[in-house]
Amino acid sequence: MDLLPAERTSPSLLIRYARLRFAPNRADVVAALLLAGAAVLVAHGAEQMGEPLSALRIAPVTLDPARLPQYAILTTLRMFAALAASLVFTFVVATLAAKSKKAELVIVPALDILQSVPVLGFLTFTVTFFMGLFPGKELGVECAAIFAIFTAQAWNMAFSFYQSLRTLPGDLDEAARQFGLSPWRRFWRLELPFATPALVWNTMMSMSGAWFFVVASEAITVGKTTVALPGIGSWLAMAIDKGDVKAVAWAVLTMGVVIVIYDQLIFRPIVAWADKFRFEQTASQDQPKSWFYDLLRRTRLLPRLFRPIGKALSSLPPLPGKTLALPPIRDQRVVRGLDGLWVVVVLALAAWGGWSVYRYVSVSLTLHDALAAFGLGALTLVRVVVLIAIASVIWVPIGVWIGLRPVWAQRVQPVAQFLAAFPANVLFPVVVVAIVALHGDPNIWLSPLMILGTQWYILFNVIAGASALPNDLKEVASIFKVRSWQWWRDVALPGIFPYYVTGALTASGGSWNASIVAEVATWQHTKLEAAGLGAFIANATADGNYPRVALGIAVMSVYVIALNRTLWRPLYGYAERRLRLN
Amino acid sequence: MTVIEPVAAQTTLVEVRGVKHVYGKGGSNLLVLDNVDLTLRPNEIVGLLGRSGSGKSTLLRTIAGLIRPTEGTVVLHDMPGGDTAHGVAMVFQSFALFPWLTVQQNVELGLEAQGVPADERRKRALAAIDLIGLDGFENAYPKELSGGMRQRVGLARALVVQPSVLLMDEPFSALDVLTAETLRTDLLDLWCEGRMPIRSILMVTHNIEEAVLMCDRILVFASNPGRVIAEIKVDLPQPRKRLDPAFRALVDDIYARMTARPAAQPARDGNFPGMGISMALTHISTNTLAGMMEALAASPHDGKAELPTLANEAQLEADELLPIAETLQLMRFAEIDGRMIRLTAAGKRYALADVDERKQLFAQHLLTYVPLAAHIRRVLDDRTSHQAPARRFRDELEDFMSEEYAEETLDSVVSWGRYAEAFAYHEDTDQFSLENPA
Repeated sequence: MDLLPAERTSPSLLIRYARLRFAPNRADVVAALLLAGAAVLVAHGAEQMGEPLSALRIAPVTLDPARLPQYAILTTLRMFAALAASLVFTFVVATLAAKSKKAELVIVPALDILQSVPVLGFLTFTVTFFMGLFPGKELGVECAAIFAIFTAQAWNMAFSFYQSLRTLPGDLDEAARQFGLSPWRRFWRLELPFATPALVWNTMMSMSGAWFFVVASEAITVGKTTVALPGIGSWLAMAIDKGDVKAVAWAVLTMGVVIVIYDQLIFRPIVAWADKFRFEQTASQDQPKSWFYDLLRRTRLLPRLFRPIGKALSSLPPLPGKTLALPPIRDQRVVRGLDGLWVVVVLALAAWGGWSVYRYVSVSLTLHDALAAFGLGALTLVRVVVLIAIASVIWVPIGVWIGLRPVWAQRVQPVAQFLAAFPANVLFPVVVVAIVALHGDPNIWLSPLMILGTQWYILFNVIAGASALPNDLKEVASIFKVRSWQWWRDVALPGIFPYYVTGALTASGGSWNASIVAEVATWQHTKLEAAGLGAFIANATADGNYPRVALGIAVMSVYVIALNRTLWRPLYGYAERRLRLN
Repeated sequence: MTVIEPVAAQTTLVEVRGVKHVYGKGGSNLLVLDNVDLTLRPNEIVGLLGRSGSGKSTLLRTIAGLIRPTEGTVVLHDMPGGDTAHGVAMVFQSFALFPWLTVQQNVELGLEAQGVPADERRKRALAAIDLIGLDGFENAYPKELSGGMRQRVGLARALVVQPSVLLMDEPFSALDVLTAETLRTDLLDLWCEGRMPIRSILMVTHNIEEAVLMCDRILVFASNPGRVIAEIKVDLPQPRKRLDPAFRALVDDIYARMTARPAAQPARDGNFPGMGISMALTHISTNTLAGMMEALAASPHDGKAELPTLANEAQLEADELLPIAETLQLMRFAEIDGRMIRLTAAGKRYALADVDERKQLFAQHLLTYVPLAAHIRRVLDDRTSHQAPARRFRDELEDFMSEEYAEETLDSVVSWGRYAEAFAYHEDTDQFSLENPA
C-alpha cells in the first residue's frame, strides 16, 4: 500500500539527485574553485623554492609588472610558512612553559624579552647558518627569510597561548580531570579551544608585524654577495634602489591586494569561526561576520570531504598510559632541591651567556662605544615618547568620537586594522624625497616614520574602549549635563584608559622596532640618517660589524624592558585596579 | 523466609577514613577538614550539609580524586574498571560545560576519554540525553540553553559514564527557585523509579530544606575546622512535602544543630575562628547588619526571633543568615542561643537611633569588640602621621590565616571602620589613616 502522492514517490532524476545530501550546490562550486586555485599556487611556489641558487642568478628579480602576481604569491607563501612554524613553536613552547615549572622559569622571561626586542639585527647570523644547511640551494636562503619572518610572529603568539593555559577556568579543568581526559584529548577539547580567540587575534597582529620583516628579509646580503629572493620585498628593495616611483606604487598596490585577499579569505572566516570558542555562557549580540565563512558553511560537499578526517581524529584510541586526575606524589624536599638546582643551572648559563657576549663585544668595542650607544638610545627614547604623546593627542579624541558612534566604528575598525597591517616602510621613499626637497632636518622629520605603522593600535583600541562605555554612564553624563573638560576627565578618559594603555604599549614596542628601519632611509643615492639607536644598529648591520649589532640590540633591549617595567606595567596595574568597568 | 544476600547488604561503595585537609604551606595554617569519616552504601542519597567554608566541597572533591587529602584514605569499593574516573562522576555547581562543544559532544566527553567507540558513544549519549529530558537539544551549544537545561546537560554527562556513585556539588544553587525545584523533582523521580544507572548519590548542599527533601542521610558539617557534627537519618517517605509537620520539625532541628556553639570556643565569639586580631571575619555589609537589627526590633519579633523563621522571612539560606547573626553577636548587638536570636540593649538602641547616633554606637562597639579594629585604631593613634600601610596588617593576618581569609577579614574591618568613621582607608595608596574627609 502506498499512501504517498505520486510526485513524492517518483521524482525526476534531477530532483532526486539534488535531494541527495552530498550533491554539490553553488557554494560548493565557488569554494572548490578557490581551494583548487590555492592548491595550484602553493604547488607552483614550492617548485620554485627547490631550485638551485644559480637559477636565481640566471633569472634575477626584475621590475616587470607581469611578474608581480608570482612575486606576491611567493611572499605570501613565505609568510604563511613562517606562520605555520610559529604555530608549532607556540604549541610546543607555550605548553611546556605552562606545564613545567622548570621550563616556565626560562621560557617566560625569554618570551617577554623577545616579543619586545628587535630580532631584525640577527638576520645576518641566521642567513649564514641556513645557507650552510642547504649549500647551493635556494632553499637555504628561503629558510633564512622564513626564519626572519618567524621571529616577527612567534613570540606574542606563544605568550598569548601561555597566558590562556594559565587562566583555564577552574571548573572546566576539574571536569576534564574528573572525567579522565588524557593530556592529548585535554589539549584538543579544553586547552586549544579556550586559547583560540586570543591566539587568532595575536596571529593577525603577527601577520601585520611580519610585513615589516618581509622587505628586510627577501633581499639578503651575505658577505659580499647579495641574494634577492623573488618576492615583493626584493621588488621593493630594487625599486627603491633604482628610484623607480612607479615600481614602488605597483608594490604598494600589490601588497594592498594581498592583504585584502588573505584578510577576506583566511582571517575573517577564522575570526567568525573562532567566535564560538569565546568563553562566555551567554550569546553575544554582535558576532563577527565573514561572507567566505558563510559560503563555506553553505557548501554541502566540503563537510563531506572533511568529515572522515574529523572522525578519525575523534576516534583515536586514548594514548597508552593511565590518566591520573592528580599528579603522582613526590617527596617535597626532593622537588624543592631539584628546583633549586635548576635555578642555579639557569643562572649559571645566563651568566655564561652574558659573559661571552661581553667578551665578544669587548674585543673590538670599548666602554666608550657602550656609552655612545646608550646616548643614542636616549635620543630614540625621546622620539618614541614624544611620538606616542603626539599620536595620543591626535587619535584619542578621534577614537572616542568614532567609538561613540557605532555606525562609524563599524566602518572605521577594519580600515584601521588594514592600515596597521600595512608596512610603513614602503612609504619611506616618499618621505625622503619630501625631506630632501624641503631641506628638512632628518633628525626631526624621519621620526614620524617610526610611528606610521604603529599609531593605529592606539586608534583602534580607543575606538574599542569608547564603544564599550556603558550606556548608563553616558546617560548619567547627559542628564547631569556633564560637558567639555569635565566630561573628558570623569567619563571618557577613565572609560577608555585600560584600552588606551594596551594600544599605547603595543605602539611603543612597535616603534622601537621600527626605528631600525626608520632612522636610516635611502632613496636612490640619497641617504638620510637621524642620530639614534636604530640608525646605529642599521649601520652596523650594513657594515657587517657583528659586535656593534650585538651591542646595539643589547642596549635597545635594556631600554625597551626598562620602559615596559617603569611606565607601561604600572599603568596597566593601575587600570586593572581602579578603572575596570564591571 | 526471606533470603538475604549478605554480601550485597554489607557492601559499601565509598569508605572515607580519617581524612584531614590542611591549607597552607607551613602545615599549621588552616584546617579545612579534620578527621572526617564517611561510609556510602548502595541505594542511598547522602547529603553533606554545612556552611560555606566547612570543607564539604573539599570532601566531595577528595572522593572524586581531584584533591589529595593531607591525611587519611578514600577507598572506592566494587567499582567497574577499578578507578575513580569510571566509578564516580561529578555534577558541578557552575555546570562546567565546554562552551565550544554541543550538548551531545559535552555528554560524550567522559565516554571519549574512556575510549568508547564513536557509534556506541553516540548511542549511549542519545540515551542519556533522552533520559534527562534534553531531546531535541542535541546540537545546541550551552550558551543557547537556560540554566536549568545546562544543568541537565551536566547530569547527562555524569550519568552517561554509568558511575556507581554520582557526586553533586550544590547542583541546584546556581538556578532560580522554580527551576531548581523542577530539576530536583525530576531527579528524584528518576532515582525512585530506578532509571538511572547509578547506585548512590552523594550531594553537597547548604540548603537545609533541599537536604531534607532529597536525602536518606544527612551529615551536618561545622566549620573551622570542617568536621562532621551530626549524622541525621531521614525516614520520611518519598515524595516528601515541605509543609508536613515532621518535615518542618526536622528542618528546625538541623537549624539548631548548625547554630549550636562548639563547646571549645569562648561563649560570645560565635563561629569566628581564631582569637584577638587573628580572628577571621566575614564581610557583612553594615546595611545588612542594620537591616537585620531593624527587622528583629520591629513587631512581631520585638527583639527576639527564631533563626529559621527569620531566614524564611528574609528569604535567606541558613549559611547566609548565620554569618550575619554571628557578626551581630560578635559586636554584642545580639545574642544567639540555640535557635533563638535576641537583640541586646545596645542592639535595640541602635535600631531606634538616628544616623549619627547609630554611627557612634557602632564605632564604640567596633573598637571594643573587634580586636583587629581596635588594633588598627591604636596604631594610627600612636603614630604622629596618623597613617599606616594596610600591608602591615595584612602581613600580620597572614601569619594566622590564608591570603583569602586575610583579605576578607581586612575588607570587613575597612568597611565597618569607614561606616563607623573610626578610621579611613585609601585604596590608591593602600593606607589607613585617621583623617576624615570633612
